[in-house]
Amino acid sequence: MTFAPGDMVRVADRPHTGHHRTPGYLKGKTGRIARVHAAFANPETRAYGADGLPRLPLYLVEFTGGDLWPSAPGRDRVCADLFEHWLEDAE
Amino acid sequence: MSEHEHDHPHEPITNGDEPPAAARARAVEQLLIEKGVIRCEDVRERIDWLVSRSPGDGARLVARAWVDPDFKQRLLADARSAALELGLDPGPSPVVVAVENTDDVHHMVVCTLCSCYPRALLGPPPAWYKSLPYRSRAVSDPRAVLDEFGVELGDDVELRVLDSTADIRYLVMPRRPAGTEGMNEDELAALITRDAMIGVAQPAAPAPIG
Repeated sequence: MTFAPGDMVRVADRPHTGHHRTPGYLKGKTGRIARVHAAFANPETRAYGADGLPRLPLYLVEFTGGDLWPSAPGRDRVCADLFEHWLEDAE
Repeated sequence: MSEHEHDHPHEPITNGDEPPAAARARAVEQLLIEKGVIRCEDVRERIDWLVSRSPGDGARLVARAWVDPDFKQRLLADARSAALELGLDPGPSPVVVAVENTDDVHHMVVCTLCSCYPRALLGPPPAWYKSLPYRSRAVSDPRAVLDEFGVELGDDVELRVLDSTADIRYLVMPRRPAGTEGMNEDELAALITRDAMIGVAQPAAPAPIG
């Protein structure tokens, strides 16, 4: 596990062809690690019949609504589960 | 799907105005069966299991947590173990995480990418949960969505929208309403609705009789 709760991370802003679980509205956005879940099989390879190994760490990352949508109130949060290889250190 | 030799054509059993995606799913299912990847019974057993689940299971978990603070801590720490403790089937996977609504924080759940949902504990998701308007507006304008569901959040309440993008399924533990102090666990469970465990409703105490 590279990141710990409280760490600031940026979601990689890269395109991906094929199945992946990183929503477009979060790409390039900066958030905070809220929870370290565990390691899970990689859906990007598992979707095509592979075993998804090695397992990848999965984090709950919280974003401030106002950073995602100009209209959102500042204090509200959007939290999403993101795999480690989509996260960059933003400290 | 019929299992006999297909030496004659017959019409599939559909509801008449089947959307293209359903026809595609049926064709893929037929291919998987013909190639021996899955059995017809596998599909039926899975569907039977899914429709046998109901929000009543999730409600039992929440009601126990309302009356038993130690159980609540176990539910928040490991919802799967807590479900097993009550004799509930949390399903083979994915992992269920319970989150607690309080006077200060309100959680609501969405899956913006598809329709991920704690099916083992709540049953099949409602149609609106899978709709594009809910999936997009729950993250972009969540307070307006809650308002449409009849949930008024004070400005001092932090709203946390959980987008189930991967292997975790979220179950919301709503706040126990005032006026339910004398109610037992079964009576409380009857107040806890599916929508409350998605985070788009708040349970209310029953209206006084007479």
